Parts: sequence; structure tokens; C-alpha cells
Amino acid sequence: MTGPALIEFRDVFKIYGAGDTEVRALDGVSFRIEQGEFVAVMGPSGSGKSTCMNMLGCLDRPTNGMYLFRGVNVRQLDLDQLALLRRHYLGFVFQGFNLLARTSALENVELPLVYRRVPAAERRARARRALADVGLAGRERHTPAELSGGQQQRVAIARAIATEPSLLLADEPTGNLDSSRKKEIMELLVELNQRRGITIVMVTHDPEMAEFGTRSIEFWDGRIALDRRHEKTGGAAAPVEEPSSPPSLGPSSQAASSRRWRRSTQDGEAGS
Amino acid sequence: MLWVTFLMALREIRRNKMRSILTSLGIVIGVGAVIALVSVGQGATAKVTSDVSKLGSNMLTLIPGVMRRGPPGGGGSSPPFELADVVAIRRDVTTVENVAPSAGSQALCVVGNTNYTTMITGTTNEYFGARGLKLASGRKFSDGELAGGSPACVIGPTVATKLFGGGDPLGQTMRVGKLTCQIVGLVESKGQSTMGSDQDDFVLMPLRVFQRRIAGNFYVNQITMSVIAGHSTDKAKSQLTSLLRERRRVDYGKEDNFSIMDMSEFSASMSSVTGALTALLAAIAGVSLLVGGIGIMNIMLVSVTERTREIGIRLAIGARGFEVLLQFLVEAVVLSTFGGLLGMAFGLLGSYAATRALGFPFVVSPVIMVVAFAFSAAVGVAFGFFPARKAARLNPIDALRHE
Repeated sequence: MTGPALIEFRDVFKIYGAGDTEVRALDGVSFRIEQGEFVAVMGPSGSGKSTCMNMLGCLDRPTNGMYLFRGVNVRQLDLDQLALLRRHYLGFVFQGFNLLARTSALENVELPLVYRRVPAAERRARARRALADVGLAGRERHTPAELSGGQQQRVAIARAIATEPSLLLADEPTGNLDSSRKKEIMELLVELNQRRGITIVMVTHDPEMAEFGTRSIEFWDGRIALDRRHEKTGGAAAPVEEPSSPPSLGPSSQAASSRRWRRSTQDGEAGS
Repeated sequence: MLWVTFLMALREIRRNKMRSILTSLGIVIGVGAVIALVSVGQGATAKVTSDVSKLGSNMLTLIPGVMRRGPPGGGGSSPPFELADVVAIRRDVTTVENVAPSAGSQALCVVGNTNYTTMITGTTNEYFGARGLKLASGRKFSDGELAGGSPACVIGPTVATKLFGGGDPLGQTMRVGKLTCQIVGLVESKGQSTMGSDQDDFVLMPLRVFQRRIAGNFYVNQITMSVIAGHSTDKAKSQLTSLLRERRRVDYGKEDNFSIMDMSEFSASMSSVTGALTALLAAIAGVSLLVGGIGIMNIMLVSVTERTREIGIRLAIGARGFEVLLQFLVEAVVLSTFGGLLGMAFGLLGSYAATRALGFPFVVSPVIMVVAFAFSAAVGVAFGFFPARKAARLNPIDALRHE
């Protein structure tokens, strides 16, 4: 492969506690994820998949080893730089929806754009577009309490994609939904992956849901037990040679945000 | 950034109206209490000051004997003044005017079948100027009356009411002790003094008549005068002291056998008493402001715990710790300044009502308004900072898992 992958884990360890009580949540994990893949992360509870997701989401840093995001070593970033990285490159879809209560769907979707300093008018337009993309046009004024579980999850997805992230992290996005809603959400994710080329990493317990992705990684006891590409679906996966400019992302905003982020990380490294 | 954070904080405040109102309530009450109590206190001070100046704040009063703390009675050995002293003061002390000798005693006044006991003061026309008395009707004493001619008197409004009811006392005759005299003047009412005594309850008559016909001696018990505007009270006092020590033959090194009472000193001490009371009240109100601040901190801390998940979401979405801190801090400051403004409004209303009810002048001190407002904002910063920092330091992973 040419150039850095979107994500690269090199022998990553995450160790909690010390001595006899030492727990190796991640025990020397290495893998690469290229731009445009749709990866399902599976494994029993305590196998390290949640730790891996936190790491991917830049919410946590490895004890040892290297996590390269677009070739940048995340371990060397300070907390503010991690926050900026999340702000400009990542989208989160949580298991429990995690929407702000008593706040309209539109305002929820606008929130990450607020932190990105997007001007109000543009922010509103982009949030409306994201809500329309997930099929919630007309529900902008509804608060989470007025929406069904599936709709809430779609608001959460709209919030994650409104910023046009490079990487969408979904932690059991179908966890609390019934089977028809599950399928709906999965189809939405597949569409985002295929049409927009958004890289998705999704944690799931359900092998059926994992089949929607282009690749499965299974964790077992802090190590990768299985890493398998699915044959049937093409996805946007395979050989994407130019990882920094996926076709459907707004090139100008993406470039601007990446410049800003690079500058701040370089400042941080120069200072340290 | 600040503006966006400010809008976000406003949105949070609006989203939780009840909680926001309860949070501000402590500050509303605190600021309101400070402003109301200080305003009422300053109103009281202004009232006292104006009352004392009605007594004649530039008035000096000479009495024989030494003013001592404790029970009176020590003055017996000091001789009274003489009319010659008054003449000497008029001649030698250049800083005073309206030098009025006086002597007085209680006596029974009778008109028809009504009688009333009051203070009878024998004096001269200078007394009116020194005391700041104004005639409501009639006239002062004529030269003939002052020289000891036909007995005349000028009465205060209280005496007029007691003896004549609503009738006109001018020209009527009144028996004072064993002396029958004609009422030639009525003095304007001054009302109650700050100390609660009636300033309108007196009868004035020429000193010579009083000495001969009522007292039976030629003593002058008191000399009242006013310091000429522009001269210092202290200079007048030192001139008087040296003159009187000489005239009354007080040996060098001995204590004065007379006293000079100074109204400006009195007024200063009265003001300092009310000032101290105002400060005390303000301190008590300040405690309630402090309690209000702690209330804000309390609610903000609870709110941080309650909103842990929200904070986790914000952090995961890309908010920096600093931005979360700013948001909570701005919320606290907005709540406390809002409470401060509301408290100012209530405080002014309350003090206006209170000063009206108590008959004090309504005094608004801009200084205390600014101080109270600034303090309420400072309370927001001081007591909002700790909870805000707590929010900013949350670990996003734990915060998201928080139930």
C-alpha cells in the first residue's frame, strides 16, 4: 500500500492496574483499516473491543505501541489535540443514542458543528441536510422524548455525519432496537459507506449485523482472533488509493479543517 | 467562541427554567437585601443629619460647670454667667454672632381654666437667630419689652395647641407663674427632634422680665450663639475659651469651669452611629449574599453530576475541556448577574417602600449598586469555577457510561 492507512495499530497494549491485578485489555494488537472500509468489530464482553473502540475514538491512549491516525501518532497528542482530532475527523454513534435531552433534533445535530465554529446559517443548513439524509426531514423540532428509538438513533447518526467525518465509530448502533429497525439502521450505514465513502467501524454482538460490513474483526482476550474480509459485498472498500480525499466529502471544508488540525498538532509537538 | 458559549449557556438556562430561577433566588435575595438595607440606612443617616442641622449645626452653647459623663450635679460650684460676659463675647469674639444669654425654669402657664407646665426661657431677640427659630405669626420682642417694660412672650406651637386649642393665641394674655403677660408671637413648628423630644414646647420672654419676675436672680444660665458662616467652629471655641477663662479667673493649669457644646460634633457623632448601623446591616445582608453564592455553587455541582452524560457527549463530539469549563462558568455568571439585576430592582423597590413608610428620604447610592452588581458577578465566577472545573476534568469514557 502507498501512503499511510486511515488507521494503523502497531502492537498496541492497554494495561489497567499493575502487578498481580494487571489486566491486559489489549495485548499486542496490530491491524490497518483503509479509507472506505466498513469494519464490524465483534467479540464477547471483556475481550477488548470496547477498549479498542475508545482508542480508535481518541478518547483513550494506548499504554504501549502505536496508534497512527492518518499517519499521526495519537499517543503523542495532548488532551486538547485529541479533542480537536475528534472534532474534525470523527463521528460517534453510541449504543444509548446519547442525545441531549429536551433539545430539538436539529440542535442535537448542530452541536458538533457549533464546536467546529461553523457559522449559524450554514450550520442549520447542514444539520437539516443530515437529518434529511437519515430520513427525518420534518422532525427537526422534535425532542428525543418525542421520537422513537429508531428515530433517536437516526438523529444520532445524523449528528455523527453532519460534520462529514473521515471515520464513523458506532458502538452497537442497533443494540436497543427491534429487528426491523435494526435492518433500517444498518441499511442507512451501508448507504453512507457506499455512497459517501465514509469509513465505518462498528461494534456489534450480532453476526447478522456484522454481515452488512465489508470486514469483520473478532477480539478474544485482548487479541485479534479473526480478521476476515467479506466476499459478497464490494462496498467502497477495496483499493482506495487516495485516502485523504474521498469523493463525496466537501473538499474545501475537509482541507481547511485538516490544515487547522495539523497546525495545532505541530504546535503541540514543537512545544513538548 | 465566547459568544457561542454564551448562547449555549443561555439555551441551557432556558431549558431548565425552574432550576435557573431557584439558583438565582439566593442572589436575588442577597443583592436585594444589601441594597435595601444600605439604602434605608443611608436614608436614616440623611434624616439624622438634616434633623441635627435644623437644631442649628453651627450653634454653640455655653453652660457653666463641666460636662462630665455620669450623673449630673457637679456643676454646683461653678458660678453662672453674667450679662457682662455676653457683652464681652459680642465685643471680643469675632467669629460668632447672635450671642443670646438665656435663663430658664419650669413654670405653670394658665389661660382661662386650662393650664400647662412648660419650660420658660428668658432671653433676647438674638436667641431666634442662634436657634434657627422662625416666627409663624406675630413679632419678636420690642426694645421696650426687652428693657423690662410690659411683660410679653413668644410661644411654641405645642404650647399654643395645649392652651388655645385651634384658636389664635396672638394678643391673648397668659399667666406664667405669678406673672401675667401678653402673647406677641408664635414660632413655626420644628417637629420632634431626632432624640424624640418636642422642639415646639417652650415659652420665651425677655431675659430681664424673667430674671426679675420669675427667677428672682440675675443669673445667666446659658449663652447661645452661632458661628459666622465661613469661620471654623474650633477657632470660635478657642477664642471663647480663652476669653471666658480670663473673665472667670480660671488659674493656669486648672480645668475650665464652663463647657462649650458644639452641635456639629453632636451631628458628627449621630452620623457615625447611624453609619455604623448601616455598615452592620450591610454586613448581615452580605452574609445572605454569600449564602446565595454557595447556593449557586450547590446547584451547579448537582447540575454537573446530573449532566455528566451531556458533558461526555460534548467531549466525545470534540469539545475541549476548556470549552466545557467556559460553558459552565458562563452559565453560573449569567445566573448570578441575572439574579443581581433582579435583586437590585427588588432592593430599590423595597427600600423605596421602607423609606416612605419610615419618613426617611429615599437615597440611592450608585456606589452600592455597582458594588452589589459586581459582587454578584464575582460570586458567579468564584462559585461557578469549582463545578465548571469538575465538569471539564471529567473523563469522556466514564462520563458517557454514567447513568
